[in-house]
Amino acid sequence: MIEATGVSWRYGTNPVIDGVSVTARPGRVLGLIGPNGSGKTTLLRLLYGALRSGAGQVLVDGDNLGTLAPREAARRLAVVVQETGGETALTVAELVLLGRGPHLSTFQRTGKADHEIAARCLTRVGAAHLATRAFARLSGGERQRVLIARALAQQATHLLLDEPTNHLDIRYQHEILQLVRNLGTCSIVVLHDLNLAARYCDDLVLLGQEGVVTAGTVDEVLEPAVLEPVYGINIQRLDLDGAIHLLFQPIEPGVA
Amino acid sequence: MATSLSEGSEGLLGVAAQRRRTAIWLLALTAGLILTGVVAVGSGAIGIPPLTVARIIGHQLLGVPGDVTWTPPQEAIVWQVRLPRVLLGMLVGAGLAVCGVALQAMVRNVLADPYLLGINSGASSGAAAAILFGAGAGFGQYALSTSAFAGALAASLLVFLIARSGGRLTSLRLLLSGVAVGYALYATTSFLIFASGSAEGARSVMFWLLGSLGLARWNALLLIAAIVLGGTVLYLTIVGRRLDALAIGDETAQTLGVSPARFRMGLLVVVSLSVGVLVSAAGSIGFVGLVVPHLARRLVGAPHVRVVPVAAILGAVLLVWADVLARVLLAPQEIPIGIITSLLGAPFLLILIRRLHASGA
Repeated sequence: MIEATGVSWRYGTNPVIDGVSVTARPGRVLGLIGPNGSGKTTLLRLLYGALRSGAGQVLVDGDNLGTLAPREAARRLAVVVQETGGETALTVAELVLLGRGPHLSTFQRTGKADHEIAARCLTRVGAAHLATRAFARLSGGERQRVLIARALAQQATHLLLDEPTNHLDIRYQHEILQLVRNLGTCSIVVLHDLNLAARYCDDLVLLGQEGVVTAGTVDEVLEPAVLEPVYGINIQRLDLDGAIHLLFQPIEPGVA
Repeated sequence: MATSLSEGSEGLLGVAAQRRRTAIWLLALTAGLILTGVVAVGSGAIGIPPLTVARIIGHQLLGVPGDVTWTPPQEAIVWQVRLPRVLLGMLVGAGLAVCGVALQAMVRNVLADPYLLGINSGASSGAAAAILFGAGAGFGQYALSTSAFAGALAASLLVFLIARSGGRLTSLRLLLSGVAVGYALYATTSFLIFASGSAEGARSVMFWLLGSLGLARWNALLLIAAIVLGGTVLYLTIVGRRLDALAIGDETAQTLGVSPARFRMGLLVVVSLSVGVLVSAAGSIGFVGLVVPHLARRLVGAPHVRVVPVAAILGAVLLVWADVLARVLLAPQEIPIGIITSLLGAPFLLILIRRLHASGA
């Protein structure tokens, strides 16, 4: 469970996130959605402590994130950031094994159990065949799957992902989010694609230029009347077989 | 058999194979280092056969063999002059190599090196200040090293501050500010030495710019060994995983439980300490810290827990050979060792630049 209350961040004098509160509940997937520049990534970075809010606080399972030791924080929060690390000379296996770091003491090297976990996580994202390849030589989609495998290898109680479907083929977009959904851990995902959010999230926080526009279940947030003014596009919602689908139509110039 | 079921996930991940490979390289390099030591001690204006060298060292250290079959001058040359020099060379090579490894990880640039980042020149300035103006006199026999350390740390902090001012820390800004600070400090050091008209003959401008192992003494080796081996090589090996994480990026390091700002500061202090004592003992020697990490990564891959020890031994071997060349090429005249390392290192740098260009980076 992650509870953020009244967190803020500004770049220069320009507040990107101002007094925002969000809650990610155990066993549920929370999606952060909103147009470009609404501060989705900034909010996520506040939630895992890469940015420290001057005001408010972030509680992880009831403990203030600011007071957790870095290693303890890493055992609770696994994060897939957008930083690709594309220049590293590590192999895929070595990169995934770094996820075991927070569980090892300083003098301990990775053991059999760690290797099994890493191999299992690679298999889970369909990247076991890449294990001995150089990470830098992989395609964007392969890299993303490997980074997710590293986050899984961290075996943290929470998983945070910043646009994990970037660079992925449509099939892997769904596979990765399906995987996150089936983990059953408390997850927070920044997503651009509202249809993916509709399908794989339980709860959503919609951010606009003025902060949180609305928060609630997927069904509550993905209302055309709520979304249209934020995104500036006409939206039609179809509920087919219990799943929400959104269709988009640009607003005709002059009509709006 | 290579990935048999008994090896399981370790075979799949290639961990076992990599560990075996690293162990083999470490053994081979250690053997090479010992051989290098014996041959290097024997070579010079007066040649001494390797077997005699081994006997003299064995006799001095262990009392084996007991019977003396060599001349007193031979013993003096081996024990008093050349052995400390070769050991100093090993420590300098190992220290500069692992400092290069640490810097390349922390600035995420394959061109980082204590020499290019101006840390060597900071140490030179500090050491020169100690000699010319008695800076750090309160530290007694360690005044020179302490002052060189302070200079190295000040220079590296200055370089990082300049590179960071006005925005994000980029590798290009870092290297450029390193080169600028480096030149400014070398010029300052040289100017001070000339202006003081000091009779400090042994440590001339040439020494600070190009380095020399000619001042090696037994009594100074202990401190250097403690700092280079005990401090730097051991520390960097232990924090290998953290270096891996930092080399990927600050964000990644943080999410893996490493506080990047604090860790980077700690690394800067360790590197400055090492460079400080090394420069005060052997002057400023370039290219070792740049070249050796690349060679080490070619041998055993990228994880720092493997790269650091391999780079240390490799650096030790290479620097001792560079010193042998410096002593014998124009014998009996001795060439500053920095000339040899630059002659060997510069083409390597060109190859590196070509490869960077090819990969579009």
